[in-house]
Amino acid sequence: MSLAALFVQLLNGLAGASTLFLIAAGLSLIFGVTRIVNFAHGSLFMLGSYIAYSLITRIGGTGLGYWAAVLLAAVCVATIGALIEILLLRRIYRAPELFQLLATFALTLIVQDVVLQLWGSENLVGPRAPGLKSAIFVFGRALPTYDLALILIGPLVLGLLWLLLTRTRWGVLIRAATQDRDMVAALGVNQAVLFTSVFALGAGLAGLGGALNLPREPANLGEDITAIGDAFVVVVVGGMGSIPGAFLAALLIAEIKALCIALGQVSFLGFAISFPQFTLVAEFVVMAIVLVLRPWGLLGKPQGSVRSIGQIEAPIVPAGRMLQMIGAAVLAALLVLPLVAGGESYSTVLAIDILVGVLFAVSLHFIMGPGGMHSFGHAAYFGLGAYGAALLFKDAGMPMELALVAAPIVGCLGALIFGWFCVRLSGVYLAMLTLAFAQIVWSIVFQWDELTGGSNGIIGVWPSPWLATKAAYFYLTLTLCVAGILLVRRILFAPFGYAMRAVRDSALRADAIGIGAVRVQWTGFVIAGAICGIAGGLFAFSKGSISPETISISRSVDGLVMVLLGGIGTLVGPIVGSVTFLILQDSVARQTEYWRALLGLVIIFLVLVFPQGIAGTIQSWSKRAWKPA
Amino acid sequence: MTPLLQVRDLTRSFGGVRAVDNVSFELARGELLALIGPNGAGKSTCFNMINGQLRPDSGEVRLDGENIVGRKPRDVWRLGVGRTFQIAATFHSMTVIENVQMALISHAKRTFHAWTAAAAHFRDEARDLLAQVGMDAHADRPSSILAYGDVKRVELAVALANKPKLLLMDEPTAGMAPRERNDLMALTKRLVTINDIGVLFTEHSMDVVFAFADRMIVLARGKLIAQGSGEAVRDDPKVREVYFGSGRTVARRVSA
Amino acid sequence: MSEALLAVSGLNAYYGAAHILFDLGFEVRAGEVVALMGRNGAGKSTTLKSIMGLIERRTGAIAFAGADISHARTYDIARLGLGFVPEDRRIFTDLTVLENLEVGSQPARDRTQQVWTPERLFELFPNLAEARHRVGGRLSGGEQQMLSVARTLMGNPLLILLDEPSEGVAPIIVDAMADMMIALKQTGVAIVLSEQNLPFAELVSDRAYVIEKGEVRFSGTMHELSGNEDLRRAYLEV
Repeated sequence: MSLAALFVQLLNGLAGASTLFLIAAGLSLIFGVTRIVNFAHGSLFMLGSYIAYSLITRIGGTGLGYWAAVLLAAVCVATIGALIEILLLRRIYRAPELFQLLATFALTLIVQDVVLQLWGSENLVGPRAPGLKSAIFVFGRALPTYDLALILIGPLVLGLLWLLLTRTRWGVLIRAATQDRDMVAALGVNQAVLFTSVFALGAGLAGLGGALNLPREPANLGEDITAIGDAFVVVVVGGMGSIPGAFLAALLIAEIKALCIALGQVSFLGFAISFPQFTLVAEFVVMAIVLVLRPWGLLGKPQGSVRSIGQIEAPIVPAGRMLQMIGAAVLAALLVLPLVAGGESYSTVLAIDILVGVLFAVSLHFIMGPGGMHSFGHAAYFGLGAYGAALLFKDAGMPMELALVAAPIVGCLGALIFGWFCVRLSGVYLAMLTLAFAQIVWSIVFQWDELTGGSNGIIGVWPSPWLATKAAYFYLTLTLCVAGILLVRRILFAPFGYAMRAVRDSALRADAIGIGAVRVQWTGFVIAGAICGIAGGLFAFSKGSISPETISISRSVDGLVMVLLGGIGTLVGPIVGSVTFLILQDSVARQTEYWRALLGLVIIFLVLVFPQGIAGTIQSWSKRAWKPA
Repeated sequence: MTPLLQVRDLTRSFGGVRAVDNVSFELARGELLALIGPNGAGKSTCFNMINGQLRPDSGEVRLDGENIVGRKPRDVWRLGVGRTFQIAATFHSMTVIENVQMALISHAKRTFHAWTAAAAHFRDEARDLLAQVGMDAHADRPSSILAYGDVKRVELAVALANKPKLLLMDEPTAGMAPRERNDLMALTKRLVTINDIGVLFTEHSMDVVFAFADRMIVLARGKLIAQGSGEAVRDDPKVREVYFGSGRTVARRVSA
Repeated sequence: MSEALLAVSGLNAYYGAAHILFDLGFEVRAGEVVALMGRNGAGKSTTLKSIMGLIERRTGAIAFAGADISHARTYDIARLGLGFVPEDRRIFTDLTVLENLEVGSQPARDRTQQVWTPERLFELFPNLAEARHRVGGRLSGGEQQMLSVARTLMGNPLLILLDEPSEGVAPIIVDAMADMMIALKQTGVAIVLSEQNLPFAELVSDRAYVIEKGEVRFSGTMHELSGNEDLRRAYLEV
């Protein structure tokens, strides 16, 4: 590779850094003031590029019209952001942090379908900006002039934001509210207006990023997830709430990606390393390294710990008679299900899926609830279990039964390594690092064609003959699922479960009585990984094939939704939540093409009506019913 | 006989500022030693170095003659150094007795037991400790609904669970009414005498300090500027200048 | 007797299911310093927070400067001229002293009022003048306490609610707080002081209410409270 090529690639990286910075800056601002991790920020970016496409194709013929269209698109997205804040977020500022995340995730589902409805599923290639259609030649290589413009826009926006935040009263109020919003209100500042304006500004920046990105990448329906993934990484690497940090991190990550592309195929010690393939993993590796070395990001400061989920948890007590009876009834119903509905019926197949989902959710709840560690990447251990079992079965020729036994071991090993890093962080940073590890696993699986079959996945993963009928497999799944739940329950009532809660309630105090947070949390992480691995293994053999989708972000998010829907305070929560979610998903998906939007609306409805999750809300209702005030 | 706690030339800087500067003092078993000084004088830093949360730049902390610098807080706790915090709190998802059981479980190194129910471990011992602080009637209540004064008592029971030789108490009576302050300190003094424990505590409430401390040491800007009996310290002009001020806002009547 | 500046009556407040204040009532006239005395957990802080609209569940009548504020939002209450200095100071540690003051600033309510400016405040708090460009997090405990009061004054309040200024600070700083409050009183600002430290309250207050378990148990002049040993024994002292 020539130096010239490297230089051009680095310039290209700078241009990419600008859009990355715009979206991350907005996300960081919003988080700083409202403490909401806005999962819908990628959707706002996507809306920016679609709206810009429509405007530019109408009025973007001239230079003036083009840039007016870009700014107008940003203003449109800012307005949408303001509406979202006023109509939805304002109602949930006092809700637990994870519920806010759930609500914004629901927004991404809705925006997906709205965009699909309005613009269709085709990628839309935007025209290039008038006056910037040419390229200049650097060392004999073409560099689009538009990229040069982008390189300038990044620092320009950084400068403007800096002036806004340090030189205006609005900026001072924003910085004050970032620290203590109630105090700001007590000093006579209308924080509702402040919050709406911040959300609008953040959304506008994301929209601007989307609009500016249009000439580089066509508007497409996958942009939202890519953008939010990138933005999370940038914000976390830079430090939550730090705008200069976001700029620095955007530069770092865009340049490392550019470098990977520039390096191309390199031979090292006899190994051929293909660096371009490394781009997907690169940003997450950078994030993992930064978080381990500087747990609060490059320019960030330690955050207060994540607010506790809902109100203070009541002490745990063994299930009451009522609950025991319901449990027994459900179990009995499940035992006769294949006989009543038919061994190969859809109900039995669906029941297998649901049981796998329950085990997945229970394992996630184990570290999120009693453990207090909010994992955004729980799909990693599910995927490791699934791929581990499938590969040992197909490639290593292991019997199916043995491969299934190996699934939790693989999940456990993954959790052992990833957990070692994760438990050194807390709150949002821990959540992001778990997401990063899940993405690393996903990228490796996706790109290691020879081993994992890449995007095609692995097929022909079928259970042994004695488990070949759906009914037999159902009973196997039921047995393992119930055993998993009982095991988790046992651990939660044992000293170790108490130690996990002690660390969560107060790590400082736990340490003062000789309970080391890191060891306890790490152990909890590993147990959850192992149980999740079982779910993954069961999943692989129930489907007969697996693909990288098994490890996707959306599976991790599904897990979060299940746990939060059910309620995080009790072990029944994740069970109720996963069953509700999966039945809902199944029935909604069969009703309409726009199932995502419908699911999103249902989630928002549930968040607004059941702020403590379904099981939690029922629990407090029944308490109120028993004890009249 | 070697004193229970010997602190020698303890020093720690943050960003070039000496937060604790060559501090030395001793503490005997059964003694209540008050550590007083203006906010930011280095009291917390001092505490954190004794219990292992912070590593001193130089100096020694000897417990029963053994240097414990460089040990982790957990290990220091195992050697018999208990701690209570300025803002008392419990493990709020547990009952009162479960809080104490947790400490006993940890003391017996059973934290990683994952089979038998935690409720079965050390229930009687936990009840005894709660009785000592007068909280046995509240054993099965959720600790999150206790009144603040009661939370302080539970914290004391938790701190006594590993039979400590030395208790570090950070503003033990902060946020309490005068009467509760006296009750809590009288209880502490009684338990300390019975169990022959040494106590090092920080405190801003001067009536508490003068009523209960056997001796006091005064820190200002990281340096130890005075030590001795209540009278000696009260009349020290240096202490007056940096800490007591005119004395007109300090409770006039000292009662034990 | 002049009309009350702040009149609270029948005030009830709740935290979740817990009922904290029971039909509590008191009055403050313009320019007066009133102490709310009582032990921890008696409901003093809750009373002040309820007046500021910082407690979600409250009922009862609260009138301030002729307006009914019992259902008003916090920022509207503040804009009417009611300042709040919380117990834990809550200054903005990332902002400089001047920026902290900027957050507190509100336009004057009428033209006759002499408005507080940073320069005027620096005369009252000379320590802050030297530290004007320093961020809040690097101030000493005493300076933070002063800044918290100064920041509230920037809103040109008619009345300040001061929550336990003497709690958890060294005696010498309590001393300085007393001097500051005496100076402040001379500017005509009314103050409601929640306190446990009787000597401190005696130095600065005109009248006192004793609160116990969410109810008013005594009201009278500070002098009457000081002279009533039974009362002090029952609710305040050892």
